[in-house]
Amino acid sequence: MEHIPILRMGEFLLITVQVDMHDRLALQLQDDLTAKIVQHGSRGVLIDISALEVVDSFIGRMLGNIASMSRILDAQTVVVGMRPAVAITLVELGMSLPGIRTALTVERGMEILRVDVAATRDEVQAADSEEMPDGSTQV
Amino acid sequence: MSQSKIPEILRRNEAALLDDWTREQRQVRDVSQRLSEEEIRSQSRRFLQLLQEAAVRGNTNDVDTEAYKDVRRFLEEVSASRAQLGFTPSETALFVFSFKQPLFAQIRGSVPDPAEQVNEIWTATVLLDKLGLYTTEMFQKSRESIIMRQQEEMLELSTPVVKLWDGVLALPIIGTLDSSRTQTIMENLLERIVETGSELAIIDITGVPTVDTLTAQHLLKTVTAARLMGAECIISGIRPQIAQTIVHLGVELGDIVTKASLADAFRVAMQRTGHVVVRKTAVSKA
Amino acid sequence: MEVLKSDSLPVRSSEDVVIVRTSVRKLAAELRFGIVDQTKIVTAASEIARNTLDYGRGGELRIEALKNGLKSGLRLIFVDQGPGIRDLDQALRDGFTTGNGMGLGLGGTRRLMDEFNIASKVNEGTTVTITKWSR
Repeated sequence: MEHIPILRMGEFLLITVQVDMHDRLALQLQDDLTAKIVQHGSRGVLIDISALEVVDSFIGRMLGNIASMSRILDAQTVVVGMRPAVAITLVELGMSLPGIRTALTVERGMEILRVDVAATRDEVQAADSEEMPDGSTQV
Repeated sequence: MSQSKIPEILRRNEAALLDDWTREQRQVRDVSQRLSEEEIRSQSRRFLQLLQEAAVRGNTNDVDTEAYKDVRRFLEEVSASRAQLGFTPSETALFVFSFKQPLFAQIRGSVPDPAEQVNEIWTATVLLDKLGLYTTEMFQKSRESIIMRQQEEMLELSTPVVKLWDGVLALPIIGTLDSSRTQTIMENLLERIVETGSELAIIDITGVPTVDTLTAQHLLKTVTAARLMGAECIISGIRPQIAQTIVHLGVELGDIVTKASLADAFRVAMQRTGHVVVRKTAVSKA
Repeated sequence: MEVLKSDSLPVRSSEDVVIVRTSVRKLAAELRFGIVDQTKIVTAASEIARNTLDYGRGGELRIEALKNGLKSGLRLIFVDQGPGIRDLDQALRDGFTTGNGMGLGLGGTRRLMDEFNIASKVNEGTTVTITKWSR
């Protein structure tokens, strides 16, 4: 049974969708991805759909599911490379892909994830150390 | 129903008909100024031949039939070539109508019986009227296609997508936006966004006189599609009238950024893409 | 108007839906539809095919290439003998407005195509006919 390959790039996972997915394959992807996020403690997921000529409501919902599941597992999702024809069709269909960040390229998507992860890290560190601006610590 | 004598008349008197007809055409100044006698003669000869064949093969009253296909095609060619030479539709139709006199003359000579003569002349006039009108129609069609082609060329020229800065595109739109034009512009802009990897596009509508609901919706769809792809759009150049129209139409712009001028939009674009614009102080002359 | 070409495809598995997409894309390209229109047609086909499979319990697709004067057209007729749709108005209204589950995709699909027709009878089945004409 085929699987869509998931590449690990440091803290992030990269999925390049290159085939016209049938439904079982799409569901398999969701399973594989959630497993890998946990396995590697990944903080971000990049889904490259630049090879997809068609994104219908099923695939749209799949992307939404992936984003939601990842968020629960503390990972951000960015979808990159959407083709103009696909974007126009999704708008006409009325699909807005809520809760999904998008970027034009993989590079840009990575940048967004890095900034995101760094920002969360800072927040967490600040909260943990409970360091006050004047240098004193509070219990 | 008795057969019309016209096919026979056309065949028997080809030379005389050709001479008379050519003479009729050359009497019209505009025709003789634009076409040489040889051209008139050869076009007329060809028409006579084709008409003969069609009348013999088919009938003498229905010009839409298969039998008249070659005649129609020839008239289309004549129409197109005369349109290019600057003939008006009427002048072009005269090519056919000027054949009436010569044909009537021959009918009078070949058909002695008065009642029959009237019938044949009537058949001839109806036939030539139909062919003359067909010529006019074809003339119109060819003009329309020239106009359409010119319109397309103009449209292509009037909506270029330009790069203002790294990652910033501008689309200045000139003229009225109809449904199909807006769709084409939209697709073009999105393609360029992908090609250049630009995350910001400024759509300037300073040159758009009016905006209707459909156009506004198309603009919104464009912005939404760009957003889905990972790029943002700013709409600039919104004139007071257009702002009013948008509100009256109840079009929701949501959180789309709009600016009155392209300059303002550019400033925002620079900020958004992390650029700082600094003016260097003038170097004083020693 | 005439039908230039006609073909039948089964819609009984999710692999069939992939084949539907590929076949429709191929015909749309042959009929010289632009890229955006091709995408809209294939997406619409995918939506209806999924419905035929998921709600109609499987069925068939007839693809037709049409000609009307100078314009070319592509018509897709999805037929199933499934449970049928009880409330057509509701089905046409539900869509992706909320972006979740049940949306049969019919409202959105209608916007993608030029002509949209649906006939359904409870316990007898559903027939969806969608057509797009070249611009």
